[in-house]
Amino acid sequence: MAKEVAVLGVGMHPWGKWGRNFVEYGVHAAREALKDAGVAWSEVQFVAGGDTMRNGYPGYVAGASIAQALGWTGAQVASTYGACATGAQAIDVARARILAGLCDVALVVGADTTPKGFFAPTGGERKQDPDWLRFHLLGATNPVYFGLYARRRMELYGATPADFALVKVKNSRHGLGNPNARYKKLYDVEEVMASPVVSDPLRLLDICATSDGGAALVLSSMDFARKRTSKPVRIAAVSTVTPRFPNTVIEMPNFATDSAVAVAAPDTPFRDSIARGAYEQAALGPEDLDLAEVYDLSSALELDWYENVGLCKPGDAEKLIRDGATALGGRIPVNPSGGLACFGEAVPAQAIAQVCELTWQLRGQAAGRQVEGARIGLTVNQGLFGHGSSVIVTA
Amino acid sequence: MPPSKTRAPAVEGWFTMDADEPRLLGTRCRACGTYHFPKESFSCRNPGCAGSEFEEVPLSSRGQLWSFTDNRYPPPPPYPAGDPFEPYAIAAVELEREKMVVLGQVVAGVGTERLEIGMPMQLALEPLYEDDAAQYLVWKWRPAA
Repeated sequence: MAKEVAVLGVGMHPWGKWGRNFVEYGVHAAREALKDAGVAWSEVQFVAGGDTMRNGYPGYVAGASIAQALGWTGAQVASTYGACATGAQAIDVARARILAGLCDVALVVGADTTPKGFFAPTGGERKQDPDWLRFHLLGATNPVYFGLYARRRMELYGATPADFALVKVKNSRHGLGNPNARYKKLYDVEEVMASPVVSDPLRLLDICATSDGGAALVLSSMDFARKRTSKPVRIAAVSTVTPRFPNTVIEMPNFATDSAVAVAAPDTPFRDSIARGAYEQAALGPEDLDLAEVYDLSSALELDWYENVGLCKPGDAEKLIRDGATALGGRIPVNPSGGLACFGEAVPAQAIAQVCELTWQLRGQAAGRQVEGARIGLTVNQGLFGHGSSVIVTA
Repeated sequence: MPPSKTRAPAVEGWFTMDADEPRLLGTRCRACGTYHFPKESFSCRNPGCAGSEFEEVPLSSRGQLWSFTDNRYPPPPPYPAGDPFEPYAIAAVELEREKMVVLGQVVAGVGTERLEIGMPMQLALEPLYEDDAAQYLVWKWRPAA
């Protein structure tokens, strides 16, 4: 018997740079998800909040902050953090409680308010904190790491900046039809390649912005769901894997990789292991997917994900993007939502938003960006300090 | 002429201050030989090793360029960006003996157009910032002669 939970409802606050309190976005998304589920707030037995590091103490206890704003009901609560993978952590906590029979209905919610410009460490001098030190000693911003991966891809596989631009162009077209996307502007390759270089070879339009936004899910046991709806969309897998030693790819926020002197590098590198963990739980494989939402922190990184989740062999991702295989109407549409290219990153909400999109797609409710007949979708994402995140949703 | 300022490391204990051949300082597990940079001092990161004793070791000062990029815009604080800001390259260099990749800035004046994956790189020291008391140095990579 598969260990499934139902996605009864989904909701989002539109992404943007609204400058309001993150709790407001979270409450908006939560109310939308409850309405979508036909579930009253008073019926929710458990709240899983995704934390934000940039909004003071309320951000570290996001589950409670949002529950308080919705009105205390005595529901049990958890607040979790896993950097960009925060949303998957919250989903997994709620799913585990439901599968353990500890509750029937849970609310998962994450929201963020972000400052302008590069993400930077929180304030103060912290010479023991690698995240603080990488900025202080190297100026190693997130786009620096994305630039290293992109250059590596060009060397290994002959990718070109025009290939990277094609990813942005595709995602910008997808996002045009998404009411929750922040950027709804169609770019062409020339415009992307004319934008200023930020971290060679990546240009401004290759790199995702930082955004405000909120996303929420109402999850329930399959028994509870069947009382409310005839055919609920289901979560079939949640992978929150960590790397295996030695992790030989340089990762944010590290200064160095693990050393492979005593133990050889694993056959499955970390990024490949993230989706693999989800496939194993769901007894599915990449050939079963109808669509995927992957974490395009940069346009080049989306190409890496094609290979990491098994859509093609290493080195074939450029062919996929050039042939239009990952565009709407192609063999395996990727980021029909428009991805981070159209949203920008609202860290604790993002992995939840990926599941919102898959749910709308699998219900046939993704007007303007619908993948026809979609039945199985996968999300993938990665949080710094070794947090994998992948969710499989099935119709 | 004012006396030249004291030279101090921007971070204590991460590298030697040898002007001619500086070395990064890591640790090596006495049980399994795994290298760690920055130093690990209480628990070996190899999950198959219970080692808790380490020796401090200088890492190889030469390696091969694994990948590179640059900063065209000033990174946010706590990076001590100069004004005006000079763009600079960043390198990821693979050390053969340690079987690990180590990041570093590339020395001033060497842009990405002069870098190529696979080329030999050599460790150097350059100023990161200065205050009234001292000039603070950081390790950087430069193309090997």
